[in-house]
Amino acid sequence: MKDLYQTQRAMRNIRRAAMQRGVIAILDIGSSKVGCLILRLENASGAREVDGVGSMAGQSSFRVIGAATTRSRGVRLGEIAVMNETESAIRTAVQSAQKMAGVRVDHVIACFSGAEPRSYGLAGDWDLQDSIVTEQDVAQVLASCDVPDVGEGREVLHAQPVNFALDHRSGLGDPRGQIGNRLSCDLHMMTVDAAVVQNLIYCLKRCDLEMAGMASSAYVSGISSLVEDEQELGAACIDLGGGSTGISVFMKKHMIYADSVRMGGDHVTSDISKGLQVPLTTAERIKTKFGGVHATGMDDREMIEIGGDSGDWEKDRRQVSRTEVIGIMRPRVEEILEEARARLDAAGFDHLPSQQIVLTGGASQIPGLDGLAARILGQRVRLGRPLRVQGLPQAATGPAFSSAVGLCLFAANPQDEWWDFDIPTERYPARSLKRAMKWFKENW
Amino acid sequence: MQPLVATRYDAKYAPRKASHHSAPPHHSAKRVASAPRRDPAPSRIAYRLQRLWLTPFVRTALRVGLPAFVVTFGLGLYLADQERRESIASIYTDLRETVKNRPEFIVKLLAIDGASPDLAEAVRSTLALPLPQSSLDLDLEAARAKIAQLTAVADVNVQVQSGGVLQVSIQEREPAFVWRNGAGTWLIDKTGMRVAEITDRNDRDDLPLVAGEGADKAIAEAQQILTSIGPLSPRLRGLVRMGDRRWDVVLDRNQRILLPVDQPVVALERLIALDQAQDLLARDVVAVDLRLQRRPSLRLAPYSLAEMRRARGIIPAESDL
Repeated sequence: MKDLYQTQRAMRNIRRAAMQRGVIAILDIGSSKVGCLILRLENASGAREVDGVGSMAGQSSFRVIGAATTRSRGVRLGEIAVMNETESAIRTAVQSAQKMAGVRVDHVIACFSGAEPRSYGLAGDWDLQDSIVTEQDVAQVLASCDVPDVGEGREVLHAQPVNFALDHRSGLGDPRGQIGNRLSCDLHMMTVDAAVVQNLIYCLKRCDLEMAGMASSAYVSGISSLVEDEQELGAACIDLGGGSTGISVFMKKHMIYADSVRMGGDHVTSDISKGLQVPLTTAERIKTKFGGVHATGMDDREMIEIGGDSGDWEKDRRQVSRTEVIGIMRPRVEEILEEARARLDAAGFDHLPSQQIVLTGGASQIPGLDGLAARILGQRVRLGRPLRVQGLPQAATGPAFSSAVGLCLFAANPQDEWWDFDIPTERYPARSLKRAMKWFKENW
Repeated sequence: MQPLVATRYDAKYAPRKASHHSAPPHHSAKRVASAPRRDPAPSRIAYRLQRLWLTPFVRTALRVGLPAFVVTFGLGLYLADQERRESIASIYTDLRETVKNRPEFIVKLLAIDGASPDLAEAVRSTLALPLPQSSLDLDLEAARAKIAQLTAVADVNVQVQSGGVLQVSIQEREPAFVWRNGAGTWLIDKTGMRVAEITDRNDRDDLPLVAGEGADKAIAEAQQILTSIGPLSPRLRGLVRMGDRRWDVVLDRNQRILLPVDQPVVALERLIALDQAQDLLARDVVAVDLRLQRRPSLRLAPYSLAEMRRARGIIPAESDL
């Protein structure tokens, strides 16, 4: 864990450097597509250190100057399965985005949906040395959170302080400079499979890109598709992706829970492929053109040529009705939504004041999904699209791009994470050296 | 329309492509194992080259630096040969000669305006221009400087006019005084510059005469004295610069008026007033000394002095004085 902590700190510095340079790339590595956006940051004065994500979070400060999407290759369930294939997909996306932008990017912020995210709520207490809260005290209270056993081979991807409390005054965003005796904090920590992250870092390194940040796609799609009041009052974002479905719960503008269901649109496609005995590409085409979750009488009469490539007349002339396709798709979609419901129930989503659920992601475009989702997830379900950001092409404004857009917002206006705070003094090995340097500076 | 009996090609034995590489199914029986679809992903080399090309430094170097280097290097290589350099130089000189010798540029005539015949002759001999000559070879500035060196020339304007004429417009110095010094007799203008030497003062008896060393440098003062001399002018013979310091006015009968160094005109006007009142200068006075403002003094002729003393009953001692 220490290892990724250092990596994250290093990434933070790289991100600062990229902000200074003014150009940064956003890479959304999904199971069905790889999207690359290139941002030009208008104010190159560095990251603004504000707590939380505002309504139009930092949108005036960047502009999308290059955008490209390509079909994903070698990614399964949101994880890199074939390194070479993924690398060439990333190269394709980055190259065409660079070509559109006309600039070279070296720094990239990436998000991925897989790697089995697990979320933990931590709490820590700290008695203040002198009654004013300093940066060191914040560092100490974060360090005093007792970390549960996250398991072998797992790394912390996000660790965001969501709440500070000072002597029974809770809900402080920034406790620094306040007066009190006892500081406590709540930390939301999200762990992922370490091997997946290592693979991703290695894959980007092979593309000559420097990693300037990482995020879970469930988190970033929540940032982009939940509107301000939803983020404030509590809402869940369900990102129906290709290989996996991300779930994130927001409250008071902080993510407090994240999880993922390892099922997505690709599974629907493969069901169609198996059910109709057609290749995956045909199944994907049928799904996108004729898919749905509610069958009507009209659909019985609408026949779809599914074809075949065998040269056999009977096989190549097959036809199915749209009702049959819907009959194949619906159970899988229900299964995904029920699984998401189970995860939300397990997280205690019922206890939130607002029960808003927002569906986004590529698979949320299935016609009639909102009706189905309302039956499973409750009445307060809406379909979400990402915020509009400056310079984004029209083709990249659909719900499939909510995680890419959210990553833009995340890049322009990052949330403070655990590693952005000071290191507690006694854990600083370079302390003595620093003191010696200070002595030299003062006396020479 | 599909044929009712589909001909089976070697579909069964054709290598099947990977599923996500295959094209959307087409129902044609002409389906054959086509060449594998081109990978849209750039190769690693192409990717790196494109990134290199997008690097601003490399871009500038290739777009500006490389052409500049090629041009400079090629030119240097071409000009490294002595023979080529010479041939280029000779082409240039030939071209220049051709243009220079065109009839439009030839100056055939030297015209001198505003100069007396003597001066015109002097100008011609000074310039000594070999005519006809191309106007591009003429150094008008040098010619002008050469003419301006002549003492009689106040100002000169040299220009090439159409029709191959070199026009020299001269403004001559106007002689204002005759100046006699130890070396000879000169005409000088009112700034004191010499105009010409003359042999006899009577050649220009219309001009006033000045004499003495340094008279030319104080000629402005002489001018002022002459204008204020008024009623004495019929008797004036000339002005003498004494010791390069002050003026003497010489009248006929060898009378001299010794003017002071400072404000000679004022002193002279006072003397004229005195003369008009008391007829001073008509008497037998050799010199009027005005050098001391407070105490003008007269020098009488020796005979008059003796007579005056006798009249006053002063018996001078008989001496040689």
